[in-house]
Amino acid sequence: MSSRSYARKLFAALLVAGVASASSVFAQDRTNVAIASPWEIASADPAVSGFVIQKLQIMENLVDADTQGKLRPGLATEWSVSPDGLTWTFTLREGVVFHDGTELTVLNAAQALNRALEQPGVLSKAPISRITAGEGALIVELERAFASLPALLAHATTVIPAPTALDADGIPSDLIGTGPFQVTVFSPPQALEMTRFDNYWGKAPMIETASYLAVGRAETRALLAESGDADLVFTLDPTGFAGLADVSDVSTVAVPIPRVMTLKVNASHPFLDDPRARQALSLAIDRAGIATAINRFPEGAATQLFPPALAGWHDDTLKPLETDLNAARALFADLGWSEGDDKILVREGERFTLELRTFPDRPELPLIAAVLQDQWRAIGIELDVNVSNYSIIPQGHKDGSLEVALYARNYALTPDPIGTVLQDFGAGGGDWGAMGWQNDAVELALETIAASADEAERTEAIRAVASSLQAELPVIPITWYQHTVAIAEGLQNVIVDPLQRSYGLSELSWAE
Amino acid sequence: MPWVRSVLAILAGRSLQALIVALVVGIVSFIMMQALPGDAAYRIAAGRYGYDMMDAASADAVRLELGLDRPWWIQLRAWLGELASFDLGRSHVYGSSVIEKVATQLKYSLLLAGGAVIASLLIALPVGIAAGMRPGGTVDRISLVVSIFLRAIPAFALGIVLVLVFAVQLGFLPVAGFRGPQYLILPSLTLGLGLAAVSSRVVRDAVADAMSAEWRLFARTKGLTARRTIMSHVMRNAALPVVAYVGVQGAYLIEGVVIVETVFAWPGIGHALVHAIFGRDVAMVQGTALALGLIYVGLNLFIDLTCRLIDPRSS
Repeated sequence: MSSRSYARKLFAALLVAGVASASSVFAQDRTNVAIASPWEIASADPAVSGFVIQKLQIMENLVDADTQGKLRPGLATEWSVSPDGLTWTFTLREGVVFHDGTELTVLNAAQALNRALEQPGVLSKAPISRITAGEGALIVELERAFASLPALLAHATTVIPAPTALDADGIPSDLIGTGPFQVTVFSPPQALEMTRFDNYWGKAPMIETASYLAVGRAETRALLAESGDADLVFTLDPTGFAGLADVSDVSTVAVPIPRVMTLKVNASHPFLDDPRARQALSLAIDRAGIATAINRFPEGAATQLFPPALAGWHDDTLKPLETDLNAARALFADLGWSEGDDKILVREGERFTLELRTFPDRPELPLIAAVLQDQWRAIGIELDVNVSNYSIIPQGHKDGSLEVALYARNYALTPDPIGTVLQDFGAGGGDWGAMGWQNDAVELALETIAASADEAERTEAIRAVASSLQAELPVIPITWYQHTVAIAEGLQNVIVDPLQRSYGLSELSWAE
Repeated sequence: MPWVRSVLAILAGRSLQALIVALVVGIVSFIMMQALPGDAAYRIAAGRYGYDMMDAASADAVRLELGLDRPWWIQLRAWLGELASFDLGRSHVYGSSVIEKVATQLKYSLLLAGGAVIASLLIALPVGIAAGMRPGGTVDRISLVVSIFLRAIPAFALGIVLVLVFAVQLGFLPVAGFRGPQYLILPSLTLGLGLAAVSSRVVRDAVADAMSAEWRLFARTKGLTARRTIMSHVMRNAALPVVAYVGVQGAYLIEGVVIVETVFAWPGIGHALVHAIFGRDVAMVQGTALALGLIYVGLNLFIDLTCRLIDPRSS
């Protein structure tokens, strides 16, 4: 045999071996739903991975919420507050068992919530003095009235893990809960497999099994949707979302969520301490352009801080934020600014120069910072963009060096946004909210919203807050975010939760 | 025995190297993490409790708990002290043991690296041998063009192209994750093609040299068949530079694993390293970098020993 034919034979053999090893992907047996999302599940601890554990319906809260944020019974069947508003009683559902067969007791719930209280999180920000186990009910004692306490118990970090899952330090080390799905395989941080839990207290899910894969790269997630390897894919980038529109057996939806891209403005800065200056900055922003060209969702251009997804806080009657460069110039002229030689505004020898801080973790932020730099230059403002670690924003807030910052803020950490809004716009402002801005009326209204259970009173106070924020702009809203999802053909009853509390797995079914 | 003595010398040399690598990698990765801008406590707080929960208060809690406000040299000394007792500490973000995490991830990465080396050899050997048999021939020229092309494409782009062809268009293979052997093929091929692009040329040169060597002519003249000559003389001689080169490729592999694991959502050490860097999880960065450094030393040791075995003259 010549050397050439020898090599040729070897090559052919390898080719055959390569094809043979490439066995086809096993076919979907249509009782399983495969999910892909960017979020890793690095730990079984709700304080760290609660937001995924909750979405996958492995562990449950005492209080549940629908997609509108309306509270409904979870592991607690009902709740009530004492007349002085200081003692809450949550009646525990009877006959609930964990995936390993252990029965849920009030003591388990109290233990889990006391641990959540110790961690930095939603509970630690509430005026809670004590959480104890009562007779068939959990008792929460407060330092002062706090009407939205039940909403906090719907948050991902307040799910109840099984007592048997706790390690020696009391930290949950196993994914055991009471939810409709129990974990069969857990390969942290990227994958898990679940099966329907037969002893679930509520309605049994229609699908039998589900698998979850955390995929960091948006390109890979889009490919998972396109190939059919994943049936539900969450958080697509604009390119992937547009590309999947042409794929026949995948449909895509974009649901507005209560996350807002905002500009934090130092209202005590000599250039920005007049509300008219902040209004002028806002008038110079072309939100429609940013929403269309960068986010690719024109409807995401913010007309006010609270997006329509935040039912009860979004106010249709507010005059929308607009773009009007001439009006912006006129406002700055009123404030004593005039155009210098290089087209940059000057006042008493000072150039209108600002530093904007942002960070690259959300890839759209530096892009939009560059757009703002360009748009503000048109009215004579020089903007230095500083893209760095996001810690420079809270640090700058603390030491007063911050001028303007760009970031995204989620106003619905809990179904009732008051916790976040209070933190951002209450006394002294917040790391991710107002800075150097004082408004006694807003402060008072926020306290009313937090304490009052009277719907009419709350609504009135919320309106007052929203219109003050719109007029004074302690933060300047830019765009509202969308939650993007790719859904395989044949998957039915897909509910995309704008509050991102659930993937709605227990409702899903496959078309026959 | 001189052979045993030379192996022992290799082992001793490499052990010393491992020790130095451990120290240098640990210290350098620590210094680099310290040099990153911004306050690590905020990063770690965000990694633990989520971006939306992160504020100055949670960062302060983290700083206090992990002692991040201590001078850097005290923190480094603490890590070195732990290292001396073979303890890599706990992940700053997740609180879990670094050794346990690294061991799990390493298993997946070694699987991927092994798959990549096998894929590269399956491609490089036949292509390189075929090209080296007839330098300047059609196979040689085509494989040169293809290998330049493959080496020039970043692993990231190559991975996506392979997924598009084999997973999306043909539907043969899964896109990402790890749930069975078939999940290994595309990431291995992505890395393997990049490796083979260069190693096929090394094989080609080695074979071409061996084919034109005088001892080959002698073997043929003394009556050996062409096949015998190739199998027992040409291949053995050509193997030396190839095996040595596979060792050099370890560097490419370690770099490639980081990128390819991210594209394919592969639960390995490269992916973990990237996450740890973003999350400022200094303990995890030091642990993973240390593991990668030691693997490199181990690989070199393996190559040294293999070359001793192939080449009888080396003892």
